[in-house]
Amino acid sequence: MISDQLATAPWLMWFSIAGVTLFLIMAFNALAAVYVERKVSAFVQDRVGPMGQGAGLHAGKWGLLQTVADAVKLLTKEDIIPRAADRKLFIMAPFVIFIGAFISIAALPFSSIIQVIDVNIGIFYILATSSLGVIGLILAGWSSENKWSLYGAMRSAAQIVSYEIPAALSIIVVIMITSTLNLQGIVEAQGGIVWGFLPNWIVFNNPFAFLAFFTYFIAGVAETNRTPFDIPEAESELVGGFHTEYSGMRWAFFFLSEYANMFVVCGIASVTFLGGWQSPIPGFMNSPFWGLFWFMSKVLFLMFIMIWFRWTFPRLRVDQLMSVAWKYLLPISLINIFGVGLWILLVGA
Amino acid sequence: MNVDVAKKLTEVFPGCLVEQDEFPETHIQLQPDQWSKIASYLKETEELSFDSCMCITGVDFGEEDDLESRYNLHSMKHNHKIEVRISANRKKPIIPTVSHVWQIANWFEREVFDMFGIKFKGHPDLRRMLLPEDWVGYPLRKDYVGPDSYHGIIIPKVKEVWE
Amino acid sequence: MTERLIKNSFIHGEEMILNIGPQHPSTHGVLRLRVKTDGEIVSEVTPIIGYLHRCFEKHCENLTYEQVIPYTDRCDYIASMNTNFGYVVAVEELMGIEVPEKVEYIRIIMAELNRIASHLLALGTFGLDVGATTPFLYMFRDRERILDMFEMVCGARLLYNYMWVGGVSHDLPVGFVEATFKFLDDFEREIDEYNNLLTFNKIFIERTADVGIMTPEVAIDYGVSGPNLRGSGVKWDLRKNDPYSIYDRFDFNIPVGEGTMGSVGDCWDRYWVRVLEMHESVKIVRQALQQMPKEGNVHEALPKKVRPPKGSVYKRTESPRGDLGYYIISDGKPSPIRLKMRSPAFTSLSVLNEISRGWMISDVLAVLGSLDIVLGEIDR
Repeated sequence: MISDQLATAPWLMWFSIAGVTLFLIMAFNALAAVYVERKVSAFVQDRVGPMGQGAGLHAGKWGLLQTVADAVKLLTKEDIIPRAADRKLFIMAPFVIFIGAFISIAALPFSSIIQVIDVNIGIFYILATSSLGVIGLILAGWSSENKWSLYGAMRSAAQIVSYEIPAALSIIVVIMITSTLNLQGIVEAQGGIVWGFLPNWIVFNNPFAFLAFFTYFIAGVAETNRTPFDIPEAESELVGGFHTEYSGMRWAFFFLSEYANMFVVCGIASVTFLGGWQSPIPGFMNSPFWGLFWFMSKVLFLMFIMIWFRWTFPRLRVDQLMSVAWKYLLPISLINIFGVGLWILLVGA
Repeated sequence: MNVDVAKKLTEVFPGCLVEQDEFPETHIQLQPDQWSKIASYLKETEELSFDSCMCITGVDFGEEDDLESRYNLHSMKHNHKIEVRISANRKKPIIPTVSHVWQIANWFEREVFDMFGIKFKGHPDLRRMLLPEDWVGYPLRKDYVGPDSYHGIIIPKVKEVWE
Repeated sequence: MTERLIKNSFIHGEEMILNIGPQHPSTHGVLRLRVKTDGEIVSEVTPIIGYLHRCFEKHCENLTYEQVIPYTDRCDYIASMNTNFGYVVAVEELMGIEVPEKVEYIRIIMAELNRIASHLLALGTFGLDVGATTPFLYMFRDRERILDMFEMVCGARLLYNYMWVGGVSHDLPVGFVEATFKFLDDFEREIDEYNNLLTFNKIFIERTADVGIMTPEVAIDYGVSGPNLRGSGVKWDLRKNDPYSIYDRFDFNIPVGEGTMGSVGDCWDRYWVRVLEMHESVKIVRQALQQMPKEGNVHEALPKKVRPPKGSVYKRTESPRGDLGYYIISDGKPSPIRLKMRSPAFTSLSVLNEISRGWMISDVLAVLGSLDIVLGEIDR
């Protein structure tokens, strides 16, 4: 899609280039997000966070090299596999989680021309692949042969399966309005102006869609296991949850996929509700490369909000978590679908 | 307060006090045999109602003397307090438990058992509290001699070694 | 609620024994809890203590009375001033020493400032136990200022050895009074910030209200004291009910739990009582600073030799964790024949099984956090 030459190249080469690029994006995303997480948490908590001080290579200016140092540390750390662990599954688990996040990013439209693979059922594909990670979590928890990990795995399985439902039902609202499953199609349908001055993003399309955005985002935060829904790895209860026994690079893969999952969830939220690569002022700076800028700004903004959540809220208890999903989010999303249906009938999409 | 309670106890439980010329001001010295019943009485009688057991202290005065268990009781209702002392033979230290009267006595008695080896008869769960289960001896007794080693760890005895 | 959780889980699985600790992020020291669980629901909690046992009482039998004071520091290292205070008050009662006015005031100021510092730590770690990281750091920031003031006074930040039998080690330094007033003014504003951030947070309330309810009867039966007892709605504070030192001169209230968010005696009440107590402590420190005599020698009443006459005393004072009692038996020699410390956290921990049975694993840790235990004091 980027150029004709690439399109005619053998498919293997095309996929390897895309794969390496995606991996780099994910790695860079994690590096940047970890740095932002550290800094934001520091500012929230009245600290300064990582800072380079004095001569020599400390953590660089403003601690910019901190995450690099972290990565080097993780790479060189001893890889411990507990004797009682189920070796094969234990080794496999981090990669399963990682693959789940990895193949989801492939279908995200970074801009009108930058997208690895344009699937005609893109949204369906992403919903399916992004929930693949839960298998990895269960594998990790089970194979560690540790009670804390088992608890973490049990909790995360229950949690992710529950929150898939409100998330998917909220996405259905989008599909009803745009009547397409193609992600590019969904973004293209969000051009123009609505209500006289607002961009025609689905979040502004009608009150039910507005509600659906928040339902989706809350469910999304829960799916990425972040505070206030971080009970699978609740450090004050379960030590480390499903990744208690992991160390070094294997642990880093969990970390990497957590941030990749955040990216995917925020990516879907911005594509489906916030107009993806569409400019906030319709027609203004709307070229494909500005599109990349808009898309990334939206994603990063949502990621920032997730980080903000994490450093502000306490954690829910496991039964409260379930009741949020089944007693509040699920009915709300069902009402949303009904409401949007009525809206389309009476007002039109 | 101690004297009043002591007088009252002699009426209700004759022979419960250790024979003394007069009631001491500071405490009540009791015989161990009826202690369980007396404790319930102290807690449940309306004008006494010692509902809170502040502290149970084990005491060892030296090689010849008996061990002693001291109970500091307090009433939240009337805001008064007494001290009860019960001696136990060093060779065979047995005192009835009061853990069914005051729940906290359960842990306090376990601690006294841990440190002095006083056995509280009827205690539901008389295990060591602070020391490891397999520790030998009762450290707060005056005649206690510490072990030379514990699970292969040598315990230095001479002061110069650890100073 | 307890019954509800157990009854509703009609699928009974195999019971599992889970060891929380001795190394665990939220055991507040080296505590081990053996927890029997059925899935997430806890059916029995057995605290196993003694990992931090340092033979305090045995040591005391071989030390002189003055040498015991630094050891009391290390018992409750979060509120060392208060543990010092309790000990010296007990020895002074045994010896019949009258301490000078100024010393009394200085002691009160230190004890109350330390109470604030201790409560800040308690609230912060409680927040941490339910997953809120930020309030912890905010509270440390303010605790830091109190520690700075202690450093001004005695040079130490954690283990002060400040109160001596018959006096205190140093007089107040120049500028201390002004610095304290400034801190108190700032601090009252900070409390509102904590309330906005944590106390009235919906999730925090959900996690703590109606959880781990301790009825007054249970609390008294288990000898629970201090803020935990007051959280259960019992208006009992040694500073008012059995005043020691000069606490009867100050005007302050005893906050009790009222079940504002749930039932009386739940975790939120215990938390809230501590917040209110910080307000009261601020009040006391203000009054003490205003009333304190300018002149006076803090070493005036120091005895040449601390050798109490033959006898015994049981004296208890109100430490931030509750009734801190010392039972001292003297036979006229330079070291006590027996010194027993009745630690408030010890009794608070004993009630854990009673109030957290039937709740979830997360709740056990929330209840543990709300009880505010210090293992140094439990194991001694």
